[in-house]
Amino acid sequence: MMGAILGQGGVELTDAGTVSAVLFYVFALLTGGAALAVVFSRNIVRTAVALLFTLAGVAGLYFLLSAEFLAAVQLVVYAGGTLILIVFGVMLTSKSQFARFEPKLGEVIVAMSVGVILLFALILGIFHTTFASNALSLDEYPVAKLGQVLLGDYLVPFELISVLLLVVMIGAAYLAKGRRRDEPRTEKPTLSRAARQWS
Amino acid sequence: MNFGPMILSQVGLQHYLVLAAFMFVCGLMSILTKRNAIGILMGVELILNAANVNVVAFNRFSHGIGAGGLRLDGQVFAIFVIVLAAAEAAVALAIFLNFYNNFSTIDVERAKNLRG
Repeated sequence: MMGAILGQGGVELTDAGTVSAVLFYVFALLTGGAALAVVFSRNIVRTAVALLFTLAGVAGLYFLLSAEFLAAVQLVVYAGGTLILIVFGVMLTSKSQFARFEPKLGEVIVAMSVGVILLFALILGIFHTTFASNALSLDEYPVAKLGQVLLGDYLVPFELISVLLLVVMIGAAYLAKGRRRDEPRTEKPTLSRAARQWS
Repeated sequence: MNFGPMILSQVGLQHYLVLAAFMFVCGLMSILTKRNAIGILMGVELILNAANVNVVAFNRFSHGIGAGGLRLDGQVFAIFVIVLAAAEAAVALAIFLNFYNNFSTIDVERAKNLRG
């Protein structure tokens, strides 16, 4: 049941469930290691690359969870679209004159302790809870059902979110470009009053 | 169906939940320690992904069958979260570009204009 996606062919030596479990651990290590790299990398470009690997690992986990459409959406929209947007943001803002992005030691200690305590609390909560276990039946093809649900039960949120996406795109274009007009244009990028105060 | 070693053959809901908790904590620590605004945005993306993994894993293992047959609410919610994350990234980057135009940096420690 677990390995229904991997069941056919090529697996004689091991059980399909075992292959699925090994794949889970591979994707989990990829995701977790890349997430750690996102936290501890000081170079913002390397952080973006680590985030790419995290997103790809999550897409693999979606495949293992038999959410194939979601995995494709994750790869196309997240790893293809959102991450490219972030990388463009990095490139547009990388020429920082006051670029010293090292965190203070106290901040690191506070963040580490908060993170470790929260992680232990969450894991304790996970293992002390009994969850209902009516698993997804894989007889029906989930993608067809997903389309029906998306345009049936969830039609109003679907339309709302498309309108929201349009509004957000217009607003983002306005925000990113609106302010430039009323500032005087010189050759050197002029610092504003607050920036001059800091330099 | 012969089972292999116990830890290998029984990947269930809790494995995914632990992984998602780890991703969430990584995102939170990224938000807390980064001073680059785009690094903070990446932490937010990590947290949203952790929530997505949770939702899809619950849909797979714990809410798969309801009154009307197959239930896919978790996957629909995950799709909505992905769309909202894309929108949020676009708006956040527009704000960061504005901030960069005004202050010539995206260090969030410099964003003290509204402090009272």
